[in-house]
Amino acid sequence: MIDINNLNKIFNAGQPNQVNAVNGIDLHIKSEDFLVIVGANGSGKTTLLNLVAGSVFPSSGTISIDSENVTKQPDYQRSRSIARVFQNPMSGTASDLSILDNFRLASIRTKSKGLSIGVNDTFKNQVKEKISTLGLGLENKIEQPMGTLSGGQRQALTLLMSVMDSCKVLLLDEPTAALDPRSADIVMRTAEEIIRDYRLTSILITHNLKDAFNYGNRIILMGEGKIVKDLEKDQKSALKQTDLYDWFG
Amino acid sequence: MDFYLTALLQGLCFSALALGIYISMKIFNIPDITTDGSYTLGAVITAILIKHGQPTYITLISVILAGGLAGALTGIIHTKLKINALLAGILVMTALYSVNISLMGTSNLPLINVPSIFTLINISANLNYNTFWILSAFVIVITLIIGYLLKTDFGISMRATGNSESMIRSLGVNTDRMKITGLALANALTAVSGYLVSQQQGFTDISMGIGVVIIGLGSVIIAETLINWLKITSIWLSLLLVLGGAIIFQFVLAITLDIGVNPNLLKGVTAIFVLLIVSLPRISFKGNQND
Repeated sequence: MIDINNLNKIFNAGQPNQVNAVNGIDLHIKSEDFLVIVGANGSGKTTLLNLVAGSVFPSSGTISIDSENVTKQPDYQRSRSIARVFQNPMSGTASDLSILDNFRLASIRTKSKGLSIGVNDTFKNQVKEKISTLGLGLENKIEQPMGTLSGGQRQALTLLMSVMDSCKVLLLDEPTAALDPRSADIVMRTAEEIIRDYRLTSILITHNLKDAFNYGNRIILMGEGKIVKDLEKDQKSALKQTDLYDWFG
Repeated sequence: MDFYLTALLQGLCFSALALGIYISMKIFNIPDITTDGSYTLGAVITAILIKHGQPTYITLISVILAGGLAGALTGIIHTKLKINALLAGILVMTALYSVNISLMGTSNLPLINVPSIFTLINISANLNYNTFWILSAFVIVITLIIGYLLKTDFGISMRATGNSESMIRSLGVNTDRMKITGLALANALTAVSGYLVSQQQGFTDISMGIGVVIIGLGSVIIAETLINWLKITSIWLSLLLVLGGAIIFQFVLAITLDIGVNPNLLKGVTAIFVLLIVSLPRISFKGNQND
């Protein structure tokens, strides 16, 4: 599904502060895989995710999604198959726009944004129905600006927004880092449900080792822009939570 | 009384400009100074085409295209060359001065006894009332178009571009192209104000655009203060308040002149007035606002 070949990303090339954020990574993610990436700060996790999303371009190497070479496509073109949840809840939603308008944009992620009004009663009911599955009571607030919601509510809605339009790949960049434990739990459960129900291929970056242990069917540890450890399904399920802590020991 | 009617007419003429600034400043979050140049450009093209006997609708289309081009240029400099929006606007505005004076060939073109948008229809025998009705109809049409536009899928994408760029890019919108389009739209509206003012006052002057951006900013800031104060989220109400802001602004200037303030001090009064509107809400809500 996602094929990454000999990928490099060098920031400030040739200068004293040169950083080889991603250093010759080869990674092949199968369809419907749920890959968890862990690693210390500065190990290149987020850069790798941004490279997959297309918000930064590699210095060398190639990325293919669904056998299509997307290396040179900017993020807004790759969005035809990729949905994202950002670390900062502000980045995944538009605060000043109503929840409804946010969902409208999400529902036409892969389509052109034309000169017709798409928010009608049918659409409103569709959104309400979708939001009610969260059980957060937000379905009656769809006319409110997104900015009036808490970070956890916004992340949960961002997850729902990702499957408003056809989606193959879901990228989760520390989606719960800014949330309290209870909201974090709701967000992670929602994520898992969506990934399962819509059979998405997904990548989760996390610093929460409990989440890394509980979710996903493959885990990699990154260090200095390289893949240090790579455990497939059986190996991951054989993994103990304490082993994970030892990785950072 | 006529004095205040003129102020009202001026306010209506500047409504398009206020809507333009609303789009660039509030929707896209871009401080766009191209305004001074594109406003004059609109007036210059109006004067030249009307002098050459072109019908007013051809003039209007040309003005919209020219203003749009000026805005698109600022947008391209800002997004493609990664130059600060303020500087990009100043560059285009400065260059437009030469364009405008070359086009006109003189620094002032009078438009007396030529057919204009205000002689198109005769609703009232009183020239000012006639102008008022035509202007009102014109402003209503523009407002309806912009209001509809902001409600469409394209319009929601525009609003999201200024609000959360990372989000809207991940939802498949080319934000560079969106900003260029937005600045083109804003400056097309600004040029339309130039089109209206030159016909209303009966001349185009090369220096008529100096400081005109403050009229737009002032109108939008008046509107914004009311929007925040009344917690308005409706697009239509916001647009109406922007129109109201443009009219209030002209009334303040009219009152200033009426009470006998030296016209030379008018720009200073304008600046102080805008400063007051910006700072008043911050002073009175000091205790419960963190910004």
